[in-house]
Amino acid sequence: MARLIRTEKEVEGRYEEVWLVVEEDALEQWPTGPRDVVGRPAERLDGFERASGQAVYTADLDKPGMLHTAVLRSPHPRARATVDVSPALGMPGVHAALGPGEVEQLSAECNYQGQAVAAVCADTLAQARAAVRAIRCDFAVLEPLLDPDEAVRRGELLGDPRVRERGDYERGLAEADAVVEAEYRTQVVLHNSMETHQAVVEWTREDAVEVHISTQYVWGIRDAVAEGLGLPADNVRVVCHYMGGGFGSKNSPDDYTFIAAELARRTRRPVKCALTRREENTAAGNRNATIQRLTVGARSDGTLTALGGEFVNAVGWGGWSSGTEGPMQMLYACPNVKTTTYGAKLNLPPMKAFRAPGFVEGTFGLEALLDELAAQLDLDPLELRRLNHAEQAPEGGEYSDKNLLECYRRAEPHWERRHEVRARSTGTVKRGVGMASQIWYGGGGPPSYAWVRVGSDGRAAVVTAMQDIGTGTRTAMAQIAAEELRVPLEHVSVSLGDTDRGPYATLSAGSSTTPSVGPAVRAAAADARTQIEEIAEQRGLPKDAPVAAVVDVLEDAQILGKGARGPNPTGMQVLTFGVQVAEVAVDVETGEVWVERIAAVHDVGRVINPLGASSQIEGGIIQGIGHTLSEERLHDPATGRLLTTTLDAYKLPTIADVPEIVSELVDEPDRHLTNLGSKGLGEPPIVPTAAAIANAIRDATGADVRQLPITREEMLRALREAEARQKEKVGAPAGV
Amino acid sequence: MRLDVNDHAYELHCEVGTTLAEALRDELSLTGTKIACGEGHCGACTVLVDGAPVLSCITLAHAVGDAKVTTIEGLREHPMLRSFVRADALQCGFCTPGQVVSAVALVEARPEPTTEEIRHAMAGNLCRCGAYPKIEEAIRTWRD
Repeated sequence: MARLIRTEKEVEGRYEEVWLVVEEDALEQWPTGPRDVVGRPAERLDGFERASGQAVYTADLDKPGMLHTAVLRSPHPRARATVDVSPALGMPGVHAALGPGEVEQLSAECNYQGQAVAAVCADTLAQARAAVRAIRCDFAVLEPLLDPDEAVRRGELLGDPRVRERGDYERGLAEADAVVEAEYRTQVVLHNSMETHQAVVEWTREDAVEVHISTQYVWGIRDAVAEGLGLPADNVRVVCHYMGGGFGSKNSPDDYTFIAAELARRTRRPVKCALTRREENTAAGNRNATIQRLTVGARSDGTLTALGGEFVNAVGWGGWSSGTEGPMQMLYACPNVKTTTYGAKLNLPPMKAFRAPGFVEGTFGLEALLDELAAQLDLDPLELRRLNHAEQAPEGGEYSDKNLLECYRRAEPHWERRHEVRARSTGTVKRGVGMASQIWYGGGGPPSYAWVRVGSDGRAAVVTAMQDIGTGTRTAMAQIAAEELRVPLEHVSVSLGDTDRGPYATLSAGSSTTPSVGPAVRAAAADARTQIEEIAEQRGLPKDAPVAAVVDVLEDAQILGKGARGPNPTGMQVLTFGVQVAEVAVDVETGEVWVERIAAVHDVGRVINPLGASSQIEGGIIQGIGHTLSEERLHDPATGRLLTTTLDAYKLPTIADVPEIVSELVDEPDRHLTNLGSKGLGEPPIVPTAAAIANAIRDATGADVRQLPITREEMLRALREAEARQKEKVGAPAGV
Repeated sequence: MRLDVNDHAYELHCEVGTTLAEALRDELSLTGTKIACGEGHCGACTVLVDGAPVLSCITLAHAVGDAKVTTIEGLREHPMLRSFVRADALQCGFCTPGQVVSAVALVEARPEPTTEEIRHAMAGNLCRCGAYPKIEEAIRTWRD
């Protein structure tokens, strides 16, 4: 029965109260452990199409008569533009030009570098680019605000400061035998999806558009475009069959979609607007920088008495102030916690969600702080974490499930290696091992729907308008359907990525696709399976007869099953957990850091495809290593102009930077969560990597690195500081 | 101009300054060759020119001359492709055709490359999803 409920919906750590019609989830979970198909390694269904270049991405679309767009963007972080686009109109191949105000996304008031000012479409991209250069545009440059602390002082904030307090923080500090205070800083990181942000828009009628777009959320694009263009939502068809990475940056239509839509309307042609790599690294979003001023108080046995933090998210001109304080609030059973989080509004490009936004940054600060405490109290960092393990959610409520202690237990053999690893240090190359815990969301939620169609050949098609952004969700959905229908995996196809051809499914973000769409797929398959069994009975066949043998008389008749995602457990926190153990080598003369090994143990409920899951873990860790050691978007502190928009200046990890990675999943279904008990795995693996590496560096050298990326300068600074501290200790007169 | 691509001789009209990647994608509709940066930094556009890996986004079409160009479309039967799928050596897949082309160039020259040789030969092909461990595995096991 359909049921209307008022519930909290979580996306990327942000909650909102929504009305939802949910359908009861009547299916029992499968017992723990691998099944015939689910829980066993599967090659990705579309692997060959993608690898062989047959898969058509938005970047590969070339519609008849399609025009190409170039966009004039502000090179200044703060400026007022005076624009005359008319010279562009006389350039070869040009069909239309747009100036400030002609679509909402084009503006003469530029508050960050990359603000779109004007746009031109032409027969070829080269012509469009030449025409953009012909636009007359003068920028009156204004003083930008670039310093996050200064923005907080001036009250230039996005939203109100967020204060979260439980217990009595001051009393907790007073009760502490040891107090550690430290300031941590994290940098701006760029998503750098290999396929840049882009869309092809075509008006198929006066009042209907078709949008092909590289996106994580076809339904979100549909609704935003419909609203922006004043169209009924069903007059907007959004298609994304394949997309080349998103990592959180491709949830919204952005300027390029609306620019293409207006140019397409004016020219009555399909129009493509694709960002260049340099535009991508300017205006397509970023993980914002943070400043974290943190305090921990503990008794001498390590029991936490107080945790406190002032967090400044350097958000940029737009976006949101993410939950950087989340790990401090949620990870440990500390009774007294107080955090204040500011979102600084700056003349820098807007942030966007980037793989566990806030928690990657906040975990670096918190887990490095915990190890500084462990060093001061001479405690084993793993034991310190076990001691402060939260049995119940510290902010209230039960966990739907939690296997963090089991993760710690499975991490022990990796943790034990530290004695042997340290012993391999040489005079100038010091080795050590560090660990960090992981907490993040990933439970997904309703609504999401799926249809399953079984033909008389016994083959099944799963139809659901979700996306597979590279995480392998298409394959996971096929596995779930194959398991429930009891047909071979190779007899299941999955149709996705088209709002006109399938029911609503959630966005591919927030580690939510598998836990949201998976249960709907299983419910739809179960609906079809019930009908197959009814037919078997009427044909006098056993209930477990092969599906193909049951349906072979159906000819053109089809069995149609439908399913919906049921509600999340009421009053429970659905979270993912884990731990990573890093081994590093540090050259104390040059400050160079190598990550030699990372072991990861995560708890994300039932695992659908262990092969794809291990790939997700490796990918998250490798992005985490880039975040920790090499990646940084730099801007000129005087002018605010960006310095790292190309892939030679912005240092992504390469294959040569990859350490040995060992991964393990607890693979225990969350017994309170849906008919699957599965949570998402896209984000958890990147969460603890930076802190584990920083803690390994401390183990190796005694140095406290407090800033990402850990460049050679930062490493040498931390080493000098540790050396000075050591000298002070040794040199201090006895008794002082 | 003439272009020899995947053992087929094409006649096409390209403006001077057209890159090989543009010629392949826009003129010949061989869109398996991807452009991810357009300035020779990422390797997504890698094709073979007379068997050697070349960044087609910074190679002028007119400079190719009589050389034989092999794109991912010309490698559809190569066991390296199956090996990539088997090893799960791709996620979003956008960099993958370029990865496969570079990997083919490597193993055609050195059928049993060492880990160091793989890392050296493949370091110019960026993968933001971080499929690297499995790319290494796919290349190590390409003849299995």
